[in-house]
Amino acid sequence: MGHKIAITGMGIISSVGNNVEENFISLTTGRHGISEIQMFESRHAGHIKTGEIKQSNEELVQHLQLNEDNNVTRTSLLGMIAAKEAVENAGISDINAFRTGLISSTSVGGMDITEKYFYNYEDFPEKQKYIDAHDAGNSSLAIADYLGLKGMVSTISTACSSAANAIMMGAKLIKNGVLDRVIVGGTDSLSKFTLNGFNTLMILTDSYNTPFDQNRKGLNLGEAAAFLVLESDEVVKKEDKKVLAYLSGYGNANDAHHQTASSENGQGAYLAMQQALKVSGIDKEEINYINVHGTATPNNDLSEGIAMIRIFGEGNVPEFSSTKAFTGHTLAAAAGIEAVYSILAIQHGIIFPNLNFKTPMEEFNLVPVTELRKKNINHVLSNSFGFGGNCSTLIFSKP
Amino acid sequence: MSSVYINGVSCISVQDTLAEDFFGQFKPENSVPIVKAIEPAYKEFIPAAMIRRMSKTVKMSSVASHYALKEAGIEKPDAIIVGTGMGCSQDSEKFLKNVIDNQEEFLTPTYFIQSTHNTVAGQIALALQCHAYNFTYVNTSSALEFSLLDAKLQLTDDEAENILVGSTDEQTERTMELYQLRHIIKKTEHFPVDFLTSTTKGVLWGEGSSFFVIGKNKTENSYAQIRDIQITNKLEQQETESFIEAFLVKNNFSLTDIDAVILGFSGDQESDTYYKTAINLFPESALLYYKHLSGEYNTASGFSTFMACHILKNQQIPEIMMINSIKKNAIKNVLLYNHLLGNDHSLVLLEKV
Repeated sequence: MGHKIAITGMGIISSVGNNVEENFISLTTGRHGISEIQMFESRHAGHIKTGEIKQSNEELVQHLQLNEDNNVTRTSLLGMIAAKEAVENAGISDINAFRTGLISSTSVGGMDITEKYFYNYEDFPEKQKYIDAHDAGNSSLAIADYLGLKGMVSTISTACSSAANAIMMGAKLIKNGVLDRVIVGGTDSLSKFTLNGFNTLMILTDSYNTPFDQNRKGLNLGEAAAFLVLESDEVVKKEDKKVLAYLSGYGNANDAHHQTASSENGQGAYLAMQQALKVSGIDKEEINYINVHGTATPNNDLSEGIAMIRIFGEGNVPEFSSTKAFTGHTLAAAAGIEAVYSILAIQHGIIFPNLNFKTPMEEFNLVPVTELRKKNINHVLSNSFGFGGNCSTLIFSKP
Repeated sequence: MSSVYINGVSCISVQDTLAEDFFGQFKPENSVPIVKAIEPAYKEFIPAAMIRRMSKTVKMSSVASHYALKEAGIEKPDAIIVGTGMGCSQDSEKFLKNVIDNQEEFLTPTYFIQSTHNTVAGQIALALQCHAYNFTYVNTSSALEFSLLDAKLQLTDDEAENILVGSTDEQTERTMELYQLRHIIKKTEHFPVDFLTSTTKGVLWGEGSSFFVIGKNKTENSYAQIRDIQITNKLEQQETESFIEAFLVKNNFSLTDIDAVILGFSGDQESDTYYKTAINLFPESALLYYKHLSGEYNTASGFSTFMACHILKNQQIPEIMMINSIKKNAIKNVLLYNHLLGNDHSLVLLEKV
């Protein structure tokens, strides 16, 4: 890569915490966020557990001090909380002082409201304002407005790899001098739509997800938002910014195997990791920790495991863990929250445990880190894969 | 930034833009709220069993991407980048209806599987067995422009030689009803509309798919060069002129260098004022509009980008697109300006090859 991209701020909200600090405490004390569904109506409440954030839209609106006539849906509300924390963490007071952009990502957009009034909007004139907020792009426009940002705003939707691609595109815009500063990440709320979609695919566990376990039964869905602030070297120097970590590599490839399933040899994942390593110029032996995609579906963990062995070699796969047992799979936001976790791992020299693991998979000899482990971490590789064959890998490095 | 080339184009739209001689066959529409894309005979491209299962946006994209690649002589692009505002809204709507109608029981996954926004890019990759970079932008109105920018950055960075870029949006029945309820689509009594002098709120909604092959190198088939792209989420009315001027200055262009300006007049009185302001900057340029041919939609600029390519290559402007009567002997530089109801403003500067 031409040069590494500085990360100067981060923000997050997930089922294990409303900010970076709370997330860190949960990750280090083993407190997961998987629970019964309470915040939206569903037949599956009481049967299927999710990583739900226990704040209503009304509470989020109040917390953000939005006007009463706002038409902000849950995806954007979560995004606003995380983006605001990231901007404050980066010490930005005038958001438009430099050429600043927002590259966000989402898979559901305003679906949480659409699914409530889809057939009967006609009967609820006061709710019709939400019609304008259904499209995915609207969520980023709303977050940009909330931040007072005027400039390049874009939204990426590549299913469960979305936020990784938002981070990648942001890095490219800085690297090429198109922007000086860019807020990147993703946000997705839970919805009946997604819950039922994954349920019909029969890849939801009826209990707690167990990534990389022989007896894994599927994923828990979750909701979250997370954003990073990327800044050019010029801005970092000029403003004497503290760099939290560097984004040193990224890779994007397509599995081109099936609309939803991953290939047996993990070709897309393999190519994404290979590309990210190449871009970073870092030797694979230097990777100290992998934050795996690890959704705990039979298909993903097998395919990803094989791809990791293909890249690193049998017996040489770095220590790895999936944090999805903590948060559930937060879809478009997943790579965003796992970017924050990767940076926390570097900052604190800690590998977060892969909860709920008992039995190694019989197909290969890969055992995740299951206890909190202290270790100096210079480089973290983070994977995210999605429907449509979309595979992305990011590499974060110590400043 | 250095230039990149548009080496293959294809468009499925409300007009018969797949036809050889489409220039002379335009049928403007200003009297109905919704206009539908003219669909090709899919059976020539897609196995019969799949035609029924695939949504309109996937089918249109499959055909348009096929033609664009064929024209550019590229079998496997080095990247696939698709822009869409509403994604696979037909399948999303079908799945949502099933969820509601059946109270979350007895569901099948097909519609859900095909509902994700990246289905189009994923399906093209699958059909081409293309493992390369694969991206989907879903901006309200600048998804194509971001896709073009992404492609341009990769080509100038030597990360790729040829990239497939597309934009696509389809209508769904319920979304159209909701847009009418919300007057995003004009009230029925406000039709017919004069796109240039409208005094009412709302637009006429269309749909379509446009695909382009963007290459690092000029070819015999090159349509145009992409000089630069500028995008902003918001713009105050009074900033319109400086937005355009700064973009031209950045590219060492003066206002008089622009031979033709293609403006996104949609018939929405309030947000069309941006275009009216822009007109003031270009007293010597040919001024064009197009949404009376394509309708408005999240990626309507796919249609105007396609038209700009043909205008630059053929050195001819269809009379039906003209706002003024200024004729240029040569059309060297074309500026496209678009937004959707005041959101996601974009400028694209194309140059004759």
